[in-house]
Formats: sequence, C-alpha cells, structure tokens
Amino acid sequence: MTDATLSGGHGRSSLTTTDANTKRRNAAEKRFRAYGLTAIVIGLFFLVVLFVSIIRSGLPAFTHTVVEMEFTLTQAQYDEAEDQLFKTKAYSNLFIAQLQAQLEERGMEVEFDEAAIERLLGKVGGNLREYYSANQNRLGEPVQFSLSASSRVDGYFNGRVTREALQDSRFLMASDLDLVDALRNAGIIRSEFNWNFITGADSGVDNPGGAGIGASVIGSFFMMLVVLVLSLPIGVAASIYLEEFAPQNRFTDLIEVNISNLAAVPSIVFGILGLAVFIQFMHLPQSAPLVGGLVLTLMTLPTIIISTRASLKSVPPSIRDAALGVGASKMQAVFHHVLPLAMPGILTGTIIGLAQALGETAPLLLIGMVGFVARGYPDGFVAGFTEPNSAMPAQIYTWAARADASFYEKAWGGIIILLVFLLTMNIIAIILRRRFERRW
Amino acid sequence: MYDTPNTERAVDQKDIKFSARGVQVYYGDTHAIKDVDVALEDKTVTAFIGPSGCGKSTFLRCLNRMNDTIDICRVEGDILLDGEDIYDRKVDPVQLRAKVGMVFQKPNPFPKSIYDNIAYGPRIHGMAKSKADLDEIVERALRRGAIWDEVKDRLQASGTGLSGGQQQRLCIARAVATEPEVLLMDEPCSALDPIATAQVEELIDELRTEYSVVIVTHSMQQAARVSQKTAFFHLGNLVEFGETGKIFTNPEDPRTESYITGRIG
Repeated sequence: MTDATLSGGHGRSSLTTTDANTKRRNAAEKRFRAYGLTAIVIGLFFLVVLFVSIIRSGLPAFTHTVVEMEFTLTQAQYDEAEDQLFKTKAYSNLFIAQLQAQLEERGMEVEFDEAAIERLLGKVGGNLREYYSANQNRLGEPVQFSLSASSRVDGYFNGRVTREALQDSRFLMASDLDLVDALRNAGIIRSEFNWNFITGADSGVDNPGGAGIGASVIGSFFMMLVVLVLSLPIGVAASIYLEEFAPQNRFTDLIEVNISNLAAVPSIVFGILGLAVFIQFMHLPQSAPLVGGLVLTLMTLPTIIISTRASLKSVPPSIRDAALGVGASKMQAVFHHVLPLAMPGILTGTIIGLAQALGETAPLLLIGMVGFVARGYPDGFVAGFTEPNSAMPAQIYTWAARADASFYEKAWGGIIILLVFLLTMNIIAIILRRRFERRW
Repeated sequence: MYDTPNTERAVDQKDIKFSARGVQVYYGDTHAIKDVDVALEDKTVTAFIGPSGCGKSTFLRCLNRMNDTIDICRVEGDILLDGEDIYDRKVDPVQLRAKVGMVFQKPNPFPKSIYDNIAYGPRIHGMAKSKADLDEIVERALRRGAIWDEVKDRLQASGTGLSGGQQQRLCIARAVATEPEVLLMDEPCSALDPIATAQVEELIDELRTEYSVVIVTHSMQQAARVSQKTAFFHLGNLVEFGETGKIFTNPEDPRTESYITGRIG
C-alpha cells in the first residue's frame, strides 16, 4: 500500500465536506423544488387574474339604478289626461313637470324634454297610466314611485359608459348625463342592489336591465334533481356489480373500456343523442329540464361509475375476507362493510359529477335550452320538469351572445352565481368526505 | 424451545373432522396443490408448516372455500367435513363458513366498535333473539378470545384503536362468536410481538378443548408449542403428516428433516 492509494481511496473522505456527486444531487433537488414552486405561483397568478376579472366584470350586474320620486296626480288631471288623444304623452308631461319642480326646489336648473326622459326611464307615461287605472283610489295623494333607469344609466354609474362614448349614441346622449348628474345630486336617482337579477327571468333583447338568472337557476335545479335521482343509483349499482360480482372475462373488459371511453366523449355528442332520442324519437318536450337532466345523466354516469369503482377498489380486501370469514354472504359483505367504507369516495365523485353537469352548456344548446325568453314567470316555471326553461350556463351563453354591452355584464354576473353554486357543491363534497371518512 | 414435553399430550384416537382426498388446486395454469390426502382430527390443533409458497395457506383456504373469491382458482378432489363434501354443488359456502371460522394473517377488525365487531356474525346468522342474548354472546366470545378484561369498559370504542395483539385476539373472538366447529388460522401471529404471540398461543391451546384448530405457521417453534399434529408442505405436496413430536424429533422424509434443521426453505 502506497500513500497515494490511501489518500485517494473511497471511504476516507470527511463527512463535513460534500463530494461532487452529493453536490450535484442537492442542486438537482433544489432546482426541482424551484420548478414546482414556480408552477404553483403561475397557477395561483392565473387563478387570481381569473377571479379578479370575473368579479370586476360581474359585480355591476348585481346593482341597478332607480329613480325614486314622489308623484301626485289629482282627479282633475287624471280626467283631463284620459280625454286627450295621446294619453301617455299627457302623463309623461305631468311627470316631467313634477320632476322639474322637484329639481328646482333643490336649486337645480336642468333643461330636458320628453325624449330625454324616455331615454333615461323608458315609457314613463305608459307606466303611470297603467298604475293609476288600476289604483284609482290613490288619485290626489302623493305616491312614491320607483322607476328603473335604462341599462346605460347603470353603465354610467359604474363607469362603463362615459360622456365621450355617448357622442354619437341615439340611446343615451351626453346631454342626458347632465340630467342624471342633477338627479343624483338631488338624491332622486341612486344605485341599489338588483334583486331582480337573482330572482327574475330573462328579459327581451331590448331590456337588459330586466334580465334575471332566477328562472334558469330553477331550471338547473330541476335538471340536477333528475341527474341525481337517475345517475346515483344506476351508477353505484353498476359499479358495485362490475367491481364485486361480475366475472373477469372479455365481456366485462369490453364494458370497462367502453365506460372509460364514454367519460371522454365530447358533451355535444350527448346533446345530439338527446335531441335524436329524447325529443325526436320519444317526443319529450323541447327545452324541458327533464330532457336536459336525462342528457346530463348520460354524461355524468361514467364519471360516477369510475369514481365509485375507484373507491370500492381502495377498500382493503382484508375487510371483505373478514366479513366472508364470519359467514357473511357476498352481498352482506359488500353492503355492510365495503359500501360504507367507500361512501365518502362515492359521494365526492357524485358531487363532482353533478358540478360538472351543472356547468355543462354544449348539450343544452342542442336540446333547445337557449334563446328562450320566459313568459308568465314564475307561475309557468315552478310547475315542473316538462315546462320549457333554461339553465344557468345556457342563460349565460345567451347573454354573452347578445349585442348590448349590459348583457355582457349580465353574463359575467351569471358566471359569479354559477361559481357560487359550484363552490358550494365542492364544499359540501369536502364536508361529506370528512364526516364519513373512517381510518383503520 | 421444545420445553413442552410432547409426550405429555395424550393423543387419543379422535373423530376425523376434515378429510381430504386427492385435492388438486390450480391458479390458472399453476398447479399449487398436488394430490393432497389428509385427515384432520376433531378437538386437535393441527399445524401446517413449510417454506413460503409451498401451498399451506392455499390448502387452508380450501377448507372453508375462501378460494371461491379468486376467479382463476380451481379445486379438484374431495374435502369432507363430517363426511359431507364441502365442494358439493348443494353446499352454500356461506353456511360452510359459519361452521368453519377463519382468522387471518393480518388483524382485520371491522372499522366499527368492539361490540359490533363481535356481534356482526351472530347478528347475520340470527343467533340472538334479544339484546340481552347478544350481550351475552359478545361477552362469552370476548372471554374466549382472552380479551374481555381489557376491553369490557370500552365496548363501544373502535376495534381499530386496539393494539396489534389485542386486534388479533378480537378477530379470534369474532371468529368464535358464531360458534364454529373448526377454526382456521392463517399465520395468526406473524404480525405480533412475542408477548402477544404467547397470549394468542395460550388461547389456541384453550380453544382446543372445544374446536378443531388448523394453524398455518412459519415458526416451527410455534408449531411445536401449540400443535398435536403437524403437516409439512413442500412445493405443493404434502410431504409428511403425523404427530408433532415425531415430525420434529424423528421425521421420516429427508425433506422434512432438512427443513426442520434449517437447510431448505
């Protein structure tokens, strides 16, 4: 042994100095951690951007501007207006006179005509006439009127509409904004929470202010009910059979492969299938939540089957052995022991499947759940599964496709509501999983 | 380790509980058990020993048809329990398993309360007419499982919260709760420490007075300690079967001798 071999040999190096190999491994680990962290930061960044833009674009949909003013109509004025040829014009002239008087009372001088009022508040005269012909007893006493301003006034309040942009608009003129400012200073016009957006039904193309998502929430709710009632029992029964009872042969393999394939089929395919089978062949009503629910059931089943089978598989076989060992039948072993243990996974899978179905739009387009404006809401809707209705994502799609910028705002607002529902469902899934989870 | 003198165990001529004739077991194409003939006596502890993969667990699982749950497994030959063929088409494996209880290698209590663990079997077999009956069955089973004193104050606590040794005794108690005639044990002590093992072995010796016990074990000392009869399996064959004392002191087959002396396996 020479000195050279001693000093250069393995196993003689000090633990306090890191060798090249260790250094390289440590560096690789550090690099990997940095990559992972970067990926997470990028993901979070996009999430924040998404939320901020949704909330910023969608929040205005939840407020609307209303003109609140006291209006008095005497019996004499009523009779006189009803005698004229243009009755509603007479009403709006009376309205303008009183509005002008109230503004002057507060020391504000603004010139405006009937056309300006119509641009701001729509057909005021007609509304007033309708009110008084129904409530003649209110003649001669002051009545508090609350009139919705046009969607462009909403836009002016939340900064979407500017004076410059109005230069050549015939819907709202820059001069009208002087009136709006004066009304605002006088405390006659103000912005308030738009309950109609949450509870109301969709409006016509010309009335973005009156559009609400409520009817489509009910439609979505009915569809989810159909999906839950059909897909949970069918899905769980199918997975229990496949996982616990079915023999392993070529036929069951084929079924298994096809279920996985079905989960990957684009949702629009299910839509056209629904159109062909449920509407054209079985003659179920068009645009009905029942049909929507059936189509979404087809779409959700594979998801539920796959997640249920996965959670059945994750129950340790020793539990099955234990049950069989004390003389339980196969079915008793499954229903008394395996299924309760798989329950949290099954529930989570079901809720995630439902959430997916809730946000699905494409199949609904094909069965006619879009482009549909509600009449007679709410009576006609709540009636049930076979009445024509819309669904939340379809409603959002309809709004986004309309020309008026305030509908675009409504679409973002609808997305906020949809996300609230999805988040709620996911939280329920987490809570259920926590509650039912058992450790062994 | 052979401190229990085998000669003290009076081995009378007893009834035959299980008898196997020409049993063949196949897993797909693998021939796992080759032509096994054996007769297991009542109220006797029989130990199956042999190297890993020799088929002793497979043969054990044939005795209560647990192999039925494995699709590719095929059993040929006759296995008679009290003279009745358990693989007869008319035999329901569920009924058979109520008569032939099983304890597994890894303690596998249900993730339920201790009480429910024991009560499950009697409940599904309709053995108790009232709550009081069931309470009595549970207490008797836990006493027989030598775990009553440790758990009597917390019957509603989870069975999975017990220590490994306690869990295994709970599983034994669960198996005896259904009043089986035979108790099969598949390496019941392999996951236990020496103290828990000693407790379980003591328990097995007590159970012998009422049941016929079949135990698969990797530990030859354990086989020598608890059993009266021993069967040695090797590569799917039953090489030698006889009195435990004879197998360990004076084996006939050279393979048995080399396994016992530690040369194969």
